[in-house]
Amino acid sequence: MAKLDSKIPDGPLAEKWTRHQASVKLVNPANKKKLDIIVVGAGAAGASAAATLAELGYNLKVFVFQDSSRRAHSIASQGGINATKNYKNDADSDYRLFYDMIKGGDFRAREANVYRAAEVSNKIIDQYVAQGVPFAREYSGYLANRSFGGVQVSRTFYAQGQTGQQCTLAAYQALSRQIKAGKAKMFARRDMLDIVVIDGKARGIITRDLITGEIERHSAHAVVLATGGFGTVYYLSTLAVNSNGSAAFAAYKKGAFMANPSMAQIHPTSIPVLNEYQSKLTLMSESLRNDGRVWVPKQKGDKRPANEIKEEERDYYLERKYPAFGNLVPRDVASRAAKERCDEGYGVGETGLSVYLDFRDAINNQGKNAIKAKYGTLFDLYKKVTGINPYEEPMRIYPASHYTMGGLWVDYNLMTTIPGLYAIGEANFSDHGANRLGASSLMQCSGDGYFILPVTIGDYLADEIKTPRISTDTPEFDEAEKAVKEKLNKLMSVKGTQSPTSFHKRLGHILWTYSGMKRNEEGLTTALKEINELKEEFWRDVKVAGELNELNHELEKAARVADFLDLAKLIVMDALNRKESCGAHFREEYQTAEGEPKRDDENYSYVAAWEYTGEDSEPKLHKEELKFEYVTPVQRSYK
Amino acid sequence: MNITLKIWRQKNKEDKGKFVTYKLNNVSTEMTFLEMLDYLNEKLIKEDQDPVAFDSDCREGICGSCGLYINGRPNGPQKSVTTCQLSMSVFKDGDTITVEPWRSKAFPVIKDLVVDRTAFDKLIEAGGYISVNTGAAPEANSIPVKKHNADRAFEAGVCIGCGTCVAACKNASAMLFVSAKISQLALLPQGRVEAKERVRILVEKMDELGFGNCSNTGSCEAECPKDIKLVNIARLNREYYKAY
Ligand SMILES: Cc1cc2nc3c(=O)[nH]c(=O)nc-3n(C[C@H](O)[C@H](O)[C@H](O)COP(=O)(O)OP(=O)(O)OC[C@H]3O[C@@H](n4cnc5c(N)ncnc54)[C@H](O)[C@@H]3O)c2cc1C
Ligand code: FES
Repeated sequence: MAKLDSKIPDGPLAEKWTRHQASVKLVNPANKKKLDIIVVGAGAAGASAAATLAELGYNLKVFVFQDSSRRAHSIASQGGINATKNYKNDADSDYRLFYDMIKGGDFRAREANVYRAAEVSNKIIDQYVAQGVPFAREYSGYLANRSFGGVQVSRTFYAQGQTGQQCTLAAYQALSRQIKAGKAKMFARRDMLDIVVIDGKARGIITRDLITGEIERHSAHAVVLATGGFGTVYYLSTLAVNSNGSAAFAAYKKGAFMANPSMAQIHPTSIPVLNEYQSKLTLMSESLRNDGRVWVPKQKGDKRPANEIKEEERDYYLERKYPAFGNLVPRDVASRAAKERCDEGYGVGETGLSVYLDFRDAINNQGKNAIKAKYGTLFDLYKKVTGINPYEEPMRIYPASHYTMGGLWVDYNLMTTIPGLYAIGEANFSDHGANRLGASSLMQCSGDGYFILPVTIGDYLADEIKTPRISTDTPEFDEAEKAVKEKLNKLMSVKGTQSPTSFHKRLGHILWTYSGMKRNEEGLTTALKEINELKEEFWRDVKVAGELNELNHELEKAARVADFLDLAKLIVMDALNRKESCGAHFREEYQTAEGEPKRDDENYSYVAAWEYTGEDSEPKLHKEELKFEYVTPVQRSYK
Repeated sequence: MNITLKIWRQKNKEDKGKFVTYKLNNVSTEMTFLEMLDYLNEKLIKEDQDPVAFDSDCREGICGSCGLYINGRPNGPQKSVTTCQLSMSVFKDGDTITVEPWRSKAFPVIKDLVVDRTAFDKLIEAGGYISVNTGAAPEANSIPVKKHNADRAFEAGVCIGCGTCVAACKNASAMLFVSAKISQLALLPQGRVEAKERVRILVEKMDELGFGNCSNTGSCEAECPKDIKLVNIARLNREYYKAY
């Protein structure tokens, strides 16, 4: 296998994207009409990409597993989307956002990609406003901003706690317009189960119609995966319950490298686990840390109601440990600090596994109405889930699985190691290194979809204009379809005694315990062993109710859990391989005297890209060395 | 607590369907309604019975996947919640709970509690957008919007497309859904350019898709989990008259 080529353009950092755009090959409008593109997934990334590509003239086929693309997980993102408009005149710039992301990601992301993400951020806001996104505004009528974790400027645009909903709907509407125009065709309630590679190029997909159970073939000149993240591998997470890693994993098995799969973000402010039946965790947006103060009692095991604990008896531990950033430290730092306090016995609530997020002072200083205007929807959501009124009592929060920085390896053009197969949005690994900063995912997803992929995919398709429409009647399609059918049949035929969900819960427990906020060699080795055992048990004893040829949620779940079991192994292997701590990847063996992550730039300043080598053999590690030409990696400090 | 469930079971589109009764013991008041259904399904699977099909995804009231008819009301007895946010604490030991899918000509049942809401997508496709191509947008702050209008647009824009309004309406009208989108876009200067055409097309499309007429009974507003207001329908009507 050839060395990984990231295809980063030459030239100074701030000019790379401009130069690249000027030099990529173009497809003329007449030829675009002859080219088909499949986009799997239509969240912020997929919908924006599909709409834009269709506007350009390509023929789009779009696949989602929900009944409508408006329901993609992106709809749930809450707090905001970043851009470097510098409307606040607080010295923001592309460079500063770039620097914040590189530092926030603990120097494990690619400089050129991150700079480009910052560079296109302003156009995204322009686009969304033109599409009718009702972002928050000042009385002057101009756009409002707030700050988010890990930064010291206010560059986040927001629509209360429903920014993702508004942006996703705007992209959905743009795509709807192209459907009406006949340039895009929507295939809803479809699970993509395999990628078809012909002569080394991605040429199609195999899907299951989730209503009839029919296995279908779809072909195109290029395939784009915008299938989101796989934080649900931990079972309980802040993601929608059907989010999964299956599409990315299918690509991996067909030859796309998987990068940094263990880089998973555990978000500090989720509503804690309340009972054993719980099927998901509800996020309380990070934006709340702008005004909410995080604390635990100074006294261990203090069970008094929060409002009875006096000011001098409270430990505002983030403000104490990180005076420069206080409650606005990045997520990985805030999560570990909460875990540390709870592990030491200072946690609150019945289980002791939560900390307070308190708005008392903010309400006293700014008034209830001001707080309501900023966070009303989030406060209501909290009250609905817990029954507690956060205007009167502090919220209780705890970290939860939230986002995957890792994902399919892509080059600067967002192409995976399979020619013609692209990955955008959370599904790729590219911009967030070892930790993602708040409000930067919607930005990356939208940037990839609206402004980056539509340019870079042309460079590939320019060489495809002579390729006629791809036939689905080929040995490669036959083979892929056969493999998919075999897998589904195998799942149905186990006829064991335990449901797919019960396996998912147990897998989540293993990962959360050994490969969560803190990891070590021994725990990870145990995890590997336990996952292998669980996998063996799964294939021996899973029980999939219902039939193949009907709407069957149990079968959908079983197929996803089967992939999660393999993906979990890869996650743990990646975590074992990286013998350093960086960002969210905290190996207990590698920490500074103050308990902060200790990087090893000499040996681990690389992206770990894993190549599938077969069911029974170990994946092969490829390293993309990260070169820092514009920033000097330093020990991150938020003190 | 122990409860009795009367659940609509229907194998597929063609099947006539019927209610099936299930006894469910040891239900915790801490469960959400959907977690209770998960719990029922785990039990059914153990007993070699077919689990009940229902849609859900975000489980926090934002994706709009989950709506069910519970004891004769969309999303059950609690106000301003989606089905996934409904807590089992509103029920008592010994209760019988009837669970049905949305009933509306425009939303045919696919299986059990799962319905086909493609008609909502068709409405948005018909014209629920501002026709701006990627790249054609002016600088964001060059379009100032009165805060009051932006806030009203947001309030209309929070619709999750769940279908509660249609399910609640005795005429199965989609007026609240459509008026929310019309309002959001009509309140913003960016959306004014196409306002007339948009309202005309969408009203026509609603009829074509088999939704009923609005007779102002207001049950859509009363049941909407996102508190979308009737004033949006008034705004739609105003826009509609202006359009001719
Ligand atoms: C609760 C929450 C709050 C958040 N808040 C913020 C925030 O304030 N700001 C921010 O920047 N980020 C936020 N994020 C992160 C952000 O929402 C996500 O990273 C982002 O939305 C991912 O978008 P996406 O387009 O890549 O994928 P998704 O929106 O996850 O979409 C995935 C798409 O792929 C489809 N799909 C997946 N697998 C298959 C398959 N096998 N076959 C067919 N279709 C498939 C799905 O149907 C869907 O359409 C938040 C995340 C969570 C969980
Ligand atoms: S599952 Fe998303 S709104 Fe209920």
